[in-house]
Amino acid sequence: MVTVIFIAIASLIIASAALVVVSREIVRAALWLIATFFAVGALYLLLEAEFIGVAQVLIYVGAVSILILFAIMLTRQHEWQEPAWRAGPWWIALAGAIGLAAVLITTLGAFPWQLHANDLPVSRAPQLGTALMREYLLPFQLAAVVLLVALIGAVVIALEERRRRIPTLADDVAAQRATTDRTEDGTS
Amino acid sequence: MTMIEAVPLNWVLALAAILFCIGLFGVLVRRSLIGILFGVELMLNAVNINLIAFWRYLEPNLVAGQVFALFIITIAAAEAAVGLAMVIAVYRTRRTIVADDMRNLQG
Repeated sequence: MVTVIFIAIASLIIASAALVVVSREIVRAALWLIATFFAVGALYLLLEAEFIGVAQVLIYVGAVSILILFAIMLTRQHEWQEPAWRAGPWWIALAGAIGLAAVLITTLGAFPWQLHANDLPVSRAPQLGTALMREYLLPFQLAAVVLLVALIGAVVIALEERRRRIPTLADDVAAQRATTDRTEDGTS
Repeated sequence: MTMIEAVPLNWVLALAAILFCIGLFGVLVRRSLIGILFGVELMLNAVNINLIAFWRYLEPNLVAGQVFALFIITIAAAEAAVGLAMVIAVYRTRRTIVADDMRNLQG
């Protein structure tokens, strides 16, 4: 039963990740990326890392995907089709990726792992919180500083100067809506 | 019947390796900067799967495996925020997010 669930989740991860890479339309790729994040979160739950699974859904599915969709919306002009792939020889990249996967799988498969799988995991969410407040306190605070710096840096980098503004798809839609509103007011 | 008895560790590692290589392929072939970021996110997820699998199968009593995965998720979120802000800034000055068009430093 668990094997069947694992195979289902694994095939969902691989299929949606492949669709992320090959999708021609960038919004579809973003939606498949969200599906991949969800399936990876399900895999964490199956591996009994429930806090990491919930954090995955909250951070990736909740925050990062919204950020990506906003970035797509802000970097799009009205009549503009993005060519999905590079013009260069993509089969070299494909061969390299397949070769790396083959090397990794054969190497990792041949290694004799010392499994301690039958112990029940002691480190649950309460232990994780205690560890973050005790032995990993300094990295925890550093992560907070990194998040703060990233927040301020993202705002500073993306700050918009009004005189250099370039119209995006959202601006086009807003302008179109404004003109239709005006004509409706004129007729009524 | 838990996952540990039902699924060998090598399967999980193979899944993570395949996901990493799909992300690598995406980074290499995608043209837009956002598409390249998608590939990087896939690779970070693959690394996280590896860490959680090693934690559960090899050292389930050590909390460090989950702590590492949590920090990687944090750093990935910061990386996505700064990377997408840079994509927006590049689009504003150049009106394109295609990586091939950015050749200012080419000799």
